[in-house]
Amino acid sequence: MPAILTIEDLRKTYAGGFEALKGVTLDIRQGEILALLGPNGAGKTTLISTVCGITTASSGSVSVAGHDIVTGYRAARSLIGLVPQDIALEPFERVANTVRFSRGLFGRPRNDAHIEDVLRKLSLWDKRNAPTKELSGGMKRRVLIAKALAHEPRILFLDEPTAGVDVELRKDMWNIVRELQADGVTIILTTHYIEEAEAIADRVGIIDGGQLLLVEEKDRLMRRMGRKQIELQLSEPIGEVPAGLARHKLELARDGCALVYTYDSQAERTGITTLLNDMAASGLVLRDVRTRQSSLEEIFVGLVSGDAR
Amino acid sequence: MNLTAIAAIYRYEMSRFFRTLLQSFLSPVLSTSLYFVVFGAAIGSRIDQVEGVSYGAFIVPGLVMLSVITQSLTNAAFGIYFPKFIGTVFELLSAPVSFLEIVIGYVGAAATKALFIGAMIFVTASLFVDFPVKHPLAMVAFLMLTCLSFALLGFIIGIWAGNFEQLQLVPLLIVTPLVFLGGSFYSITMLPPIWQKITLFNPVVYLISGFRWSFFGTADVPVGLSLLAIGAFTGICLTAIWWIFRTGWRLRS
Repeated sequence: MPAILTIEDLRKTYAGGFEALKGVTLDIRQGEILALLGPNGAGKTTLISTVCGITTASSGSVSVAGHDIVTGYRAARSLIGLVPQDIALEPFERVANTVRFSRGLFGRPRNDAHIEDVLRKLSLWDKRNAPTKELSGGMKRRVLIAKALAHEPRILFLDEPTAGVDVELRKDMWNIVRELQADGVTIILTTHYIEEAEAIADRVGIIDGGQLLLVEEKDRLMRRMGRKQIELQLSEPIGEVPAGLARHKLELARDGCALVYTYDSQAERTGITTLLNDMAASGLVLRDVRTRQSSLEEIFVGLVSGDAR
Repeated sequence: MNLTAIAAIYRYEMSRFFRTLLQSFLSPVLSTSLYFVVFGAAIGSRIDQVEGVSYGAFIVPGLVMLSVITQSLTNAAFGIYFPKFIGTVFELLSAPVSFLEIVIGYVGAAATKALFIGAMIFVTASLFVDFPVKHPLAMVAFLMLTCLSFALLGFIIGIWAGNFEQLQLVPLLIVTPLVFLGGSFYSITMLPPIWQKITLFNPVVYLISGFRWSFFGTADVPVGLSLLAIGAFTGICLTAIWWIFRTGWRLRS
């Protein structure tokens, strides 16, 4: 897939001297969902704001489908839609009006059919004549998405789309994101919910301290970084790991009712066969076997706590 | 030029005006009527003619100017401050629009609203007193230039203001006194000689004088000077706005 957005060595130092971005380089592929994962203050919002033109970069460059965001800002910005983190809507304005305004602001001629389509997709059609102040928090966020989609952008930035949103609504939001991707929109979302990245992203970028620590296919990341464990539950508890199993570096768990074996699922030899053979030789009887894979969260915590630097 | 965007901003701003139509129109009409009751009938009846014009008629241009200046200033200031206050300004900054387009949209709408209200006061005043309009084209031109230049100033105030108090500060503490002391209700020839000199530093004197000339054909200062003053004022405001957008002052971090 070709890159639709190219960020090169982007740096941002705020007037107070705070270095929010320390040279971020990133290619975003057309049609993908990229999740930017990072703790609060990592630089996620600064990165998005700079690409969208709300903040000016200190150095580095960004181009959107070949248009530089400074010299070709009109072409670049017209391809981008932004859903900000904080809900900001004019309280007395009606839903359809504010969405129509966004389309006009981005230089697109009036198109009521498209506005209707967007509002229906986001289940806002029934609320089209309601002033935004009468809507619930979740509905307001949908209005922000509708505004961002009003000018038919090719790239959509969602800054913490599910922050402070209940589980039901979060799932709703994920469905909306997937549908947008199906329509060919490239989506970049920031989040500090790992499960969000795990659930919907194609690729995951981990950002911390103004630096992009890594960007990788979500599945590959999880496979690469993911260590697997087998928990071997025993029919009889044991006091210590039998000498015949010492070379497998097992841990005793569940008060001696289980042995835990940790291995790298990507390794050429996982050592599972010999382990099971040795267990049979030691006379241990298995009651059950469970495997578990480390989640993105564990990978993430591992990375931002310093393992990858 | 992104004309669609200009139209979108203009229409959006005007829709706010029409949402509060009653308040927008009723309050200037009411205050004008009150001015006429107090200054025109009660006090005005005891004042002789000013420069050959009855006092009631004499204050009409001043009254129109007073409202038009205040309205264009506060409308434009509020128009750009409000999106900053509620956070919707992000959309403006991320849109494919130039500073000129944003200014035309916001300032154009604010100036239009002020122009509407000016016309409203003009009509209301004509119900109370008879007055001539000797130079109608000049009158419209002065009115439009005043609306434009003070809407530009208001736009700057709206961008500068960090809170509602600051938003009110300049109109209340600087502009209102300047307008009242700018000859809205008197001719500067009525002042002691020293104040006649000092008052010439008040830019509003030139506006009101020029505007009054378009009604009665007489003025405190030459009409060319009035035009020059308002032209220079508009130029200063435009330069300031150009600088604001070039540097992103108070808008982009």
